[in-house]
Amino acid sequence: MASRPEVVAPPEIFYDDSEARKYTSSSRIVQIQATLSERALELLALPDDGIPKLLLDIGCGSGLSGETLTEDGHHWIGLDISASMLNVALEREVEGDLVLGDMGQGLGVRPGVIDGAISISAVQWLCNADKSSHNPRLRLKAFFTSLYKCLSNGARAVFQVYPENIDQRELILNAAMHAGFAGGIVVDFPHSSKRRKEFLVLTCGQRSVNSSVSKGKNEDGESCSDEDSEDEENQTVCISDRHRPRKKQKRNNKNGKGKEWILRKKEQMRRRGNAVPSDSKYTGRKRKDRF
Amino acid sequence: MRLLTHNMLSSNIKGVVNGFPLRIEAEKVAEKSVEMNREFLKKMFQKVHWKAFVDASRAMGYTELPEKADSSMLNSDEFLNRFHHALLELHLEEGALVCPETGRRFPVNKGIPNMLLPQEEVLLSIIIC
Repeated sequence: MASRPEVVAPPEIFYDDSEARKYTSSSRIVQIQATLSERALELLALPDDGIPKLLLDIGCGSGLSGETLTEDGHHWIGLDISASMLNVALEREVEGDLVLGDMGQGLGVRPGVIDGAISISAVQWLCNADKSSHNPRLRLKAFFTSLYKCLSNGARAVFQVYPENIDQRELILNAAMHAGFAGGIVVDFPHSSKRRKEFLVLTCGQRSVNSSVSKGKNEDGESCSDEDSEDEENQTVCISDRHRPRKKQKRNNKNGKGKEWILRKKEQMRRRGNAVPSDSKYTGRKRKDRF
Repeated sequence: MRLLTHNMLSSNIKGVVNGFPLRIEAEKVAEKSVEMNREFLKKMFQKVHWKAFVDASRAMGYTELPEKADSSMLNSDEFLNRFHHALLELHLEEGALVCPETGRRFPVNKGIPNMLLPQEEVLLSIIIC
């Protein structure tokens, strides 16, 4: 696994001119960011009334996530600490307004005016103490309290985060709960280490009472395939078998591992988020001899 | 930076009680036309702080907005056009935002306001409080 940028340098130094350009010119990153922001927007669950909303993009970087918001017709304000990233955003002529600022110092937005906030791969940076005066706990607190203030009643905030470990996740979640948010973590592709993505879905105010946190992708409580459904007879060995020639015992495996085994394996791969061909009547069948 | 964003931003210096509105010192103002959306304007009208909005548009050199406004004016096309122009089409390119309480200047370059507070300043404001 590639090293985490968080451990290399503070964000305003790590994302310098060359790194910012590299980041935005990598088509893989652009695609990942687009899917992440689409999913975040989906989790934001904005009312479907066709009126554009005023959204906040925290850690907007070069405006990759903002582009998704623009495509959906929303107005957005982007905040980032790296001037180089914002310069790239300017070059790409993003629609939203950009602000150079540190989310750990508070957002500096008037109370109750924002309809929703998203943040893609940014909040984990707050857990670092890059300067002697930085205290992750205080910075997280400043961030979440100012965010809670500026969101309107019933608004949601969705953060896609890469926590380094369980403690870090706990730290972020606790800070959010202390600020008054309700909500939790939605995990997409929980069985895959590569595609696993965590979204922190927070609600602010009234609507939070009856709003349930949305479900993660690919974790719809599918049946845990019973492990012991294999043919019991194949496993047991009769006493008389011991004295038989070896050859005859091997015949059981002649037809491969069997359809059930294949289906179980496919299900397992699907849960990890891999691309798996769908099941059909041909699944697990033997090919014709003439093939 | 549009006036929409200006109307939402406030000074985030620690200890400042009334960090809104930030005074605009405009050096260069740009205009970019965008499509009008009535529904959005009507919704934003309730959120915009009108006094601050009028003052800001004056500082940007746009004086067509009335001193006082109420929601009944939203039915007039003329008013909506002006509101739309000031809210979404005027961009502050170069200049500064000034904190009304402490007088701290936040420079605006290429349309991006720099709201970063250097570490010494944060410490200083904590000591003062």
